[in-house]
Amino acid sequence: MTTPLETTEPAAAQAAAGAGDERPAWRGTLRYALAKAGGALFSIAMVIVGTFFLFRLLPGDPVRNMAQGRNMTPAQLDLERHRLGLDKSLIQQFFDFVGDTLRLDLGMSYEYKRPVLDLIGERLGPTLLLAGTGLVIAVSLGIWQGTRAGWRHGSRFDRFSTATSLLLWSVPTFWLGLLLMMVFGVGVGPIPGIFPFRGIESVDAPDGFAYVLDVASHMVLPCLTLVAVVYAQYLLVMRSSLVEEISQDYVTVARAKGLRDDEVRRRHAVPNALLPTVTLVFMRIGFVVGGAVTVETIYTWPGLGQLFYEAVSVPDFTLMQGTFMLITVAVIVMNTLADVAYHILDPRVRSA
Amino acid sequence: MTSVAAARRKLALSRFWGEYRRHRAGVAGLVILVAAVLLALIAPLFIGDEVTSVVESVGEKFAPPSLGEPFGTDESGRSILLMVWWGSRTSLLIGFLAALLSIVIGLVLGVAAGHFRGWAGAALMRVTDWFLVLPSLVTALVLAAILGGSTWTIIMAIGITTWPSTARLIRAQTLAVEARPYIERSKALGGGHWHITTRHVLPNVAPLLLASTTLEVASAIVTESTLAFLGASSNRTSWGTMLRASYDFGAATQGAWWYILIPGLAILAVVMAFTLVGRALEAVLNPRLRRAA
Repeated sequence: MTTPLETTEPAAAQAAAGAGDERPAWRGTLRYALAKAGGALFSIAMVIVGTFFLFRLLPGDPVRNMAQGRNMTPAQLDLERHRLGLDKSLIQQFFDFVGDTLRLDLGMSYEYKRPVLDLIGERLGPTLLLAGTGLVIAVSLGIWQGTRAGWRHGSRFDRFSTATSLLLWSVPTFWLGLLLMMVFGVGVGPIPGIFPFRGIESVDAPDGFAYVLDVASHMVLPCLTLVAVVYAQYLLVMRSSLVEEISQDYVTVARAKGLRDDEVRRRHAVPNALLPTVTLVFMRIGFVVGGAVTVETIYTWPGLGQLFYEAVSVPDFTLMQGTFMLITVAVIVMNTLADVAYHILDPRVRSA
Repeated sequence: MTSVAAARRKLALSRFWGEYRRHRAGVAGLVILVAAVLLALIAPLFIGDEVTSVVESVGEKFAPPSLGEPFGTDESGRSILLMVWWGSRTSLLIGFLAALLSIVIGLVLGVAAGHFRGWAGAALMRVTDWFLVLPSLVTALVLAAILGGSTWTIIMAIGITTWPSTARLIRAQTLAVEARPYIERSKALGGGHWHITTRHVLPNVAPLLLASTTLEVASAIVTESTLAFLGASSNRTSWGTMLRASYDFGAATQGAWWYILIPGLAILAVVMAFTLVGRALEAVLNPRLRRAA
């Protein structure tokens, strides 16, 4: 589903690289990286501008929205309005907002009565732990299984893999999470639950190494859910790009040289097939983020995703605005890094 | 002339059906799909909104599946079977309309970006790329939270966040079509932008669009259920809101497995059906894939 998206990228990169033929290769790369960084900065600026106007679209009075129907005197409302700078003109508000955001002042959460940035800081660790672990497992598993399926495409293993990934692709993340929670967390019938399914640690969490084990056991189910829904796409892309590489001449040459099948695969076909897959890991990071929000919500994992979910369900608009901008900017940065990494890693794109 | 064209279209259609029939998974998907849509359409003849009413429910709470209630009951004693049936209307409606919105935006912007070269096309691509990197679920949640959770805002939130991939696909196809000599001929004969895009480009991208719409509906249904589960719901019973309720009322800890399993299986069946049909359509319509198969 994703392959048509990348068709124009190499062509554009080739044009960029072709312009500086006489210069050393790293200069072309540097120029490419700078151009991409410029594009990313523009995108980030658009996110900040877009967020400002999006959150001004809110129907009704922002102060009343934040007050959630709590009784406030008109004087209190005015005071609050002044504190939030809502008595200024829209242009002035806009510049204040941009300035504050650039200084990383994301405002106060109405629900927690604390700076949004502090809340984000607290929640960042658990998210990185969960999403990072999940991503590493999903990518390794996807590449391994995709390689096996693609190398012998049409085999029973291949058909099984493709069918499984289609199934996992169709399953809503949250439903899979609920099922796993029911089967392995709560237990079905006479079989008791094995893993904890609420939060990141037990109430009576022990110290030292036992604590690590405690957190790890809490991570099993959320991680499993995340891996299950995310890894299918890596498998499918790895498989299809390997299938494409197999028919290339250099693979025939490698075979003709008398290399063993295993060596042809490991040293010739797989490294080339790996490139699109690795890029995809960063390109589709937004998808992983969506999965993380859902998984963290189900398992009440105290991460950014759950913070965002809380902000949406309260609703706490300052917190929502802050987490939304942070998540989006992180995704843009990841995508840009993927672009540049692809440019550096693939000599065909660099020096064509 | 028209009869010739009609005969040609009829031939093309029968050839297409002959190809499609050979994809067994695609036919199975189509059967499930037609059944699901028919069931959703005839639902008002048998049941109404009262199946979702807490007040009128007579059953036992969290009753396991039995002869009377083949799929058990929920936290207020409502029948899961009837709720899933009634909820299919909302889920399918949002899925279809959101996909339609997404495809229409993607088609218009994609064709425009491919047809108008120069700064206009480049600017459109810039906007598309910007939307493409936004994490779609997170953005859709924010949109739904800000605009309020009616059926239409959910449709808008999904449509607005999912069109960019269609736009890129359509743009690439438009570029390929417009490189062909007959477009030049048409231009030389005085064909304007409207004529070229609607008479030449559109018929060429239409088959691709059909396959991509089918896959889009599948992902829109999943997104709708996810949004509903995360609380941005339209307040009407859908498969997503049922699963939300099963989570809120602790169906997992109460051992009410049917409450979680049945609505989820409904989503899975419909989404799988759409995916299978979409893949079969892709295989039939994309000559490159057909040769490989």
